[in-house]
Amino acid sequence: MSALVVSGLEKSFGGLRVTRMVNLSVEPGERRLIIGPNGAGKTTLFNLIAGEIRPDRGSIALFGDDLTRAPSRRRAHMGLSRTYQIITLFPGDTLLHNVLLSLLGLSRLRWNPFLPLHRQRELMAQAEAALARVNLSHMASRSLAETSYGERRRVEIAMALAQKPKVLLLDEPFAGLSVDERRDVQKLLAGIPRDVTIVMIEHDMDVALDFAERISVMHFGEVIVEGSRAEVVADPRVKEIYFGD
Amino acid sequence: MSEKNPRAVSGGNQARIFAVAVAALVLLALPFWVGGVFYVNISSQILIYAVFALGLNVLVGYAGLVSLGHAGIFGIAAYATAIALDAGFGSFGAIVFALAVTMAGMAVFAALSLRATGIGFIMITLALGQILWGLAYRWISLTSGDNGLNVVSRPAPFGFDLSDPVAFYYATLCVFAFTILASAIFIHSPFGASLKGARDQPRRMNALGYHVWLIRFYACLFSGFLTGIAGILFVYYNQFISPQTLALTSSAEVLLMVISGGSGTLLGPIAGAALVVIVKNLASAYIERWNMLLGAIFVAIVVFMPEGLVPGSARFARWVAKALRPSAAPAKPGKTP
Repeated sequence: MSALVVSGLEKSFGGLRVTRMVNLSVEPGERRLIIGPNGAGKTTLFNLIAGEIRPDRGSIALFGDDLTRAPSRRRAHMGLSRTYQIITLFPGDTLLHNVLLSLLGLSRLRWNPFLPLHRQRELMAQAEAALARVNLSHMASRSLAETSYGERRRVEIAMALAQKPKVLLLDEPFAGLSVDERRDVQKLLAGIPRDVTIVMIEHDMDVALDFAERISVMHFGEVIVEGSRAEVVADPRVKEIYFGD
Repeated sequence: MSEKNPRAVSGGNQARIFAVAVAALVLLALPFWVGGVFYVNISSQILIYAVFALGLNVLVGYAGLVSLGHAGIFGIAAYATAIALDAGFGSFGAIVFALAVTMAGMAVFAALSLRATGIGFIMITLALGQILWGLAYRWISLTSGDNGLNVVSRPAPFGFDLSDPVAFYYATLCVFAFTILASAIFIHSPFGASLKGARDQPRRMNALGYHVWLIRFYACLFSGFLTGIAGILFVYYNQFISPQTLALTSSAEVLLMVISGGSGTLLGPIAGAALVVIVKNLASAYIERWNMLLGAIFVAIVVFMPEGLVPGSARFARWVAKALRPSAAPAKPGKTP
């Protein structure tokens, strides 16, 4: 059974068709890269998969469970996590609290108005472990506002991994990072176990092509090419998109 | 893991416990030093409005939802108490009835107003508040319209007759202490964290698995519960309720209490309530145009402490402490000021 199946997905904003009959099948444990020029509809596809916008047509299934009509929050409970192209965190809180919020999202504790949050030892230990996984445990009590861009990227990944997702959507995880930070994140992603299926949007071909096993190329809302690295690089349509005639 | 100095944290906690103990002693001893029944009554009023402001603060400060119709919820509780007492309920029954009606009213209020956030939420709450005011004003068979409803006597729980201003002050103080404790527990709970998260990043919270709408709905209910308690205290304090209590000006006044004191803090709404009640009751005895004075104070707060009196004072204290510290050496050469 495929980890993620997108069938005939369509989305228009007014007269603009941003997603056109997108079909995608990602196998369990696979590392899939989605590339394409700006405006190709990659982030819109992620937003559709994550449930932040509703498709006009088509379906999305996660390990056989149809989640086309499921609200965004339900998808997190079904095993789908994501990071954002524009970092979306809680800047007034500490790194630890950010990760705690991520863990709490899937815990029944989130409805509890009586217990003190910071005395939930099990949750705290899990949050600390998630930060340790991205090498940020030494600054767990630091406010997010006092961290660098690269550290915030790692917090985003820590939050996503803390939820123990089955499928992880990474939206340009290397965007805006320095060479060193990029290397750190690359190492971090390489260390994610195979029970997590990863679909990644990325513009940085140097790091992304090494990471992915299969690549889907989007252009004007369509998946125009899909295949291995060698197949995609050799495809004339890809050359045309990126380099012109 | 932690970067905080444990000794400093422990010192901070001790200072906090000391401050709470001093505040509790001052409030407990208030009838003995404040100088007369008039001032005891003013103190009761401050506590009642502080409970009201703490209720609104749950929405404004922790949920990021500005309500301009909360006086309607306050009024529902007050009218429900008066009507129940008039119908022959005992005080306990009237209070339970009033809280139940208030919570039901708040649930409807929330279900309608949470269809929007931001300016949309403000406008819906304003409209609902005006509807409730209109009902109080025009449903004469139930509310006696502009004449209002009288409450003949205050309750006497466990033999303590609350007709006495000092006894009423202590009863109000107990309720106030309960409200602070309930608010503190709520804010530091997992649900409180969820609420603040939904305030700051609703889209992100949805993606993390939270039901943002439901979180806000429950927060409205908690806010309504505290507001209802304040409304019940208010009607027992005044032994009278009229549509004026539900007017837009009342909603705006309590909102100003929250904002001027510092929304999203525990002490802010209390400071704001104290400020407004004192200016209203004390300054008005000396200054005919006391509204102007209150307005000028609000303008000064917005200009000098836009985050509110309590967080602004804390910032000022930190600034003074930093300036007085011997190690506060002159700026490093080469740095622009």
